[in-house]
Amino acid sequence: MSDSPDDSVPLLAARGLAVVRQGEPIFGPLDLELRAGEVLLVEGGNGSGKTTLLRVLAGLLAPSHGQILRAGIESEDLLAPVGFLSHATGLRADLSPLEQLDFFACLYGVRPGIAAMAALHSVGLAGFEHMPVRRLSAGQRKRCALAALLHTANHLWLLDEPYANLDRDGQILVDRLLEGHIARGGAALITSHGLIEPQLSRVRRMRLELADA
Amino acid sequence: MRKGSVLSAFFGVIRRDALSLWRRRADALNPIWFAAIVITLFPLALGPEAAKLARIAGGVIWVIVLLASLLSLDALFRADLEEGSLDVMLTSAQPLAVLAGAKILLHWIATGLPLLAITPLAATALGLSPRALPVLLTSLALGTPIISVIGACAAALTAGLRRAGMLLSLIVLPLVVPVLIFGAGAVEASLTGASTTQPLLLLAAGLAAAVSLGPLVCAAALRLGNH
Repeated sequence: MSDSPDDSVPLLAARGLAVVRQGEPIFGPLDLELRAGEVLLVEGGNGSGKTTLLRVLAGLLAPSHGQILRAGIESEDLLAPVGFLSHATGLRADLSPLEQLDFFACLYGVRPGIAAMAALHSVGLAGFEHMPVRRLSAGQRKRCALAALLHTANHLWLLDEPYANLDRDGQILVDRLLEGHIARGGAALITSHGLIEPQLSRVRRMRLELADA
Repeated sequence: MRKGSVLSAFFGVIRRDALSLWRRRADALNPIWFAAIVITLFPLALGPEAAKLARIAGGVIWVIVLLASLLSLDALFRADLEEGSLDVMLTSAQPLAVLAGAKILLHWIATGLPLLAITPLAATALGLSPRALPVLLTSLALGTPIISVIGACAAALTAGLRRAGMLLSLIVLPLVVPVLIFGAGAVEASLTGASTTQPLLLLAAGLAAAVSLGPLVCAAALRLGNH
């Protein structure tokens, strides 16, 4: 990775971040920092605001309080594309995984050295490249979305429950993708409701409590 | 690592949406069938008296094209919102207005253009005077993209609502009334021998404004809806 970002500046930082919806606090205020080569695991029960936090960090939702710094610059808009994976995988039902990856690549740019076909094979979708997403299972859709992450060029990954819907092999696959990503100098923030333990060499944890608990 | 260029993002959206439209081409043709059926209803309801039909043909075609364009608007951003690909577009750090512009362009290509293509047939069926046909086609060519732009802005605003069809019509129809007035007015003027330059120029001005401002408004509405 030639133009790897400066390690001394966090790729993503938040100060006093909080979301309040209709007078009800959803989460926060919280501080966090994510540097290149790091995985930050956000744990919390159902409804603890993990998804909302991720959407705020991805710039999809405006925070009620606090500031977000991207690569050290305070900015509400994204400065660089962010690999974002949520429960809605962003896949169009009528398109095949290969066409999906092509679409993601057009928007995000391609990571040099990994072709769409190779990315699909490495997530275990060999033989499904041309099948409409409609006919894939939930786990296969998740794998397709993971292949898109692998195929595109993003330093920062924000993954909401990346282990959900995946079988045992799939969970190992997520760990392998994350290891590869941080080895290339990327960073990832992942959420989990705590049932699955990520098997990663370097992972920091953050517990997100229910705001009113 | 380089980000995908704005141009590749624009064509990426067009290619993906065109592909999924093609896979659902039966649905995509609905507005055209609708227009074709309604046009055949008019001679049945009003009687085959050619002079009567010919007098109203221009206005009838304009209204039908307008209503047919509305049919496919409801689905314009619905899939993007439900499947999460709007999040993909937003997190790609590409200018959303460009991506919205791609969707609007494709809506016009998939709806406005085919309607334009069947217009000569419809005009013949309703007995519109052949000398008014070029004006009708010009006014539709200028007016249908404006309908797509205004419609897309309304569709972006209502994409998060469950049954937005009626609300969509309520928002769009009042806004496109000027387009209808100038479009149908141009055809009327060509029949009476008056000058058609003024209404057509006004439509062209409207088109210029819609094309330049529409995608920005549409992007803002999408952001608003996604929050």
